[in-house]
Amino acid sequence: MRALKALPALMRVGFVESLAYRAEMIVWVFATTMPLVMMVLWTAVAEAVPVVGGGGKAWGSTAFIAYFLCVFTVRQLISAWACWEMNYEVRQGTLAMRLLRPIHPILTYAVGNLAALPLRAGVTLPVVVLLLLTQAREHLTRDWRVWALFPFALFGGWLITFFANVAIGSLSLFMESSVKLMEVWLAAFFVFSGYLFPLDLFPDWLSAIARWLPFRYQIGLPVELMTGVHTLESALPLLLQQWAWAGALVVLALSVWSFGLRRFQAYGG
Amino acid sequence: MIEVRNLTKHYRVHKRPPGLAAAVKSLFKREYTTVKAVDGITFAIKPGERVGFLGPNGAGKTTTLKTLAGLLHPSSGEVRVDGHVPQKREAEYLKKIMLVMGQKQQLLWDLPPAETFELNRAIYDVPRPDFVRRMKELSELLELGDLVNKPTRQLSLGERMKCELAAALVHGPKVLFLDEPTIGLDVSMQVVMRDFIRRYNETTGATLILTSHYMDDVAALCPRVIVIDKGTLSFDGALDVLVKQVRPDKRVTLRFSQPVTLEQVTPLGQVVRCEGAQAVLQVSHDQVNAVVGRALASLPVVDLNVENPPLEEVMSELFSRSRATREQAA
Repeated sequence: MRALKALPALMRVGFVESLAYRAEMIVWVFATTMPLVMMVLWTAVAEAVPVVGGGGKAWGSTAFIAYFLCVFTVRQLISAWACWEMNYEVRQGTLAMRLLRPIHPILTYAVGNLAALPLRAGVTLPVVVLLLLTQAREHLTRDWRVWALFPFALFGGWLITFFANVAIGSLSLFMESSVKLMEVWLAAFFVFSGYLFPLDLFPDWLSAIARWLPFRYQIGLPVELMTGVHTLESALPLLLQQWAWAGALVVLALSVWSFGLRRFQAYGG
Repeated sequence: MIEVRNLTKHYRVHKRPPGLAAAVKSLFKREYTTVKAVDGITFAIKPGERVGFLGPNGAGKTTTLKTLAGLLHPSSGEVRVDGHVPQKREAEYLKKIMLVMGQKQQLLWDLPPAETFELNRAIYDVPRPDFVRRMKELSELLELGDLVNKPTRQLSLGERMKCELAAALVHGPKVLFLDEPTIGLDVSMQVVMRDFIRRYNETTGATLILTSHYMDDVAALCPRVIVIDKGTLSFDGALDVLVKQVRPDKRVTLRFSQPVTLEQVTPLGQVVRCEGAQAVLQVSHDQVNAVVGRALASLPVVDLNVENPPLEEVMSELFSRSRATREQAA
């Protein structure tokens, strides 16, 4: 109950902090422009040769424009960086200050990460939405029911990203630094989430693997909803799978955190 | 208020000699050693007490404080603070305590301290009128003024520490753990902090445990001290008892109307220093009256002062004795 009462204050401070770090935030936005680079690349490929996906879908240049603009949008809105914060705080010994507060530290990381998203969205989304509507409108779904599911898919994607961060970040309580492990996760994320290329273009066997991994539910599923790949009926089971992944990662992250705290040696004096 | 029984905290530490070969070898086979940071200490502290935790670097002071604050799980033993088991980190417990670390900060670096105060108010669920009243008191006592509205990163160390202390007290903790709260501060700021801490204890009845390498902090704040060395408790009692036990002699400082020679002073006792018109003698406790009488009778004394030896010297002697005992035992 107290945690809920503290949420508005945590949210406000997180947002004000993100304003203080505005230069860093803009640099971070530029660092996530890879989908735009891939958009240029794949558009050029689509203009040179026919690109056909797994289900026989033809990928024209405007389909790639729509896809990667959606990827960029989703990427901005599912971002989380708790793993780096946790590693920094464990190494510097400042995690102690977070642990002393009568509110679950993971909640404070979550709110801190979420609070920075509005500014990030405010900077990037108007441009991207304008581009989407003018350049690739015909590739967006027109089913309002699918659009109604989209916020849930987006939040599910954020939950997977955040709790993967927490689970890996909590390993720093055992092994001093888990940033390299996060980089391994990120490498798999880039390949299997649909961030660099649509999963539809994978060979069937690789696509089948990707559909069982959590990464697809971070970026791929919300983008597929936006671009009209799914109807309401086909989207619902996928959304359930996404939330099952989110639930599994919540349990995993909380367990690793809880065991890690028992091992925590409070380095740094 | 605080009960600690046979507390131990052992760390398993990876040990590796320097050099490339050792680094490569450690990839395949690692050697670990167990560091006994705290090794079976027992003590109890009553509500409202001010207790100094003393010991050389690596003695186990901070580990003990962190265990009391619930940051570390003990390897064995029992710890209870106001009826709570700290490592459970219950919200009700965390609302009653605060740990202030001189080298760590809770203030939001890029925002003014006022934002941290407001955040703590929400997290600790402090009613608005109580918060306003407490902030007014803290602001007056610590002379915070406009500091609270400047970004933390632009504050000096002393200003920041004052704000840290205010942030730590927003919720009025019943138990305050202070780990080197005056480290790096200039002398006048140290005095301000000490006065404030003592006043907080006197007005709220909060229990206070302090670690500090500045003996002036301990002398000014802590009637009782607990000495830890290499994880074991070597003294628990009143500060003046510790001083008497370690250094039963007194320091007699004599000031003369004219310069005196070393030969004139030596018959009075062990001379610590003799410069111009001032001499400092070390005299056993039961000889003080006699020595003072002889000095007044034989030398042109205009002023004299009898005091305990400096606490730094007492502690240094205590720690070197412990070291020697350990070496002998080894």
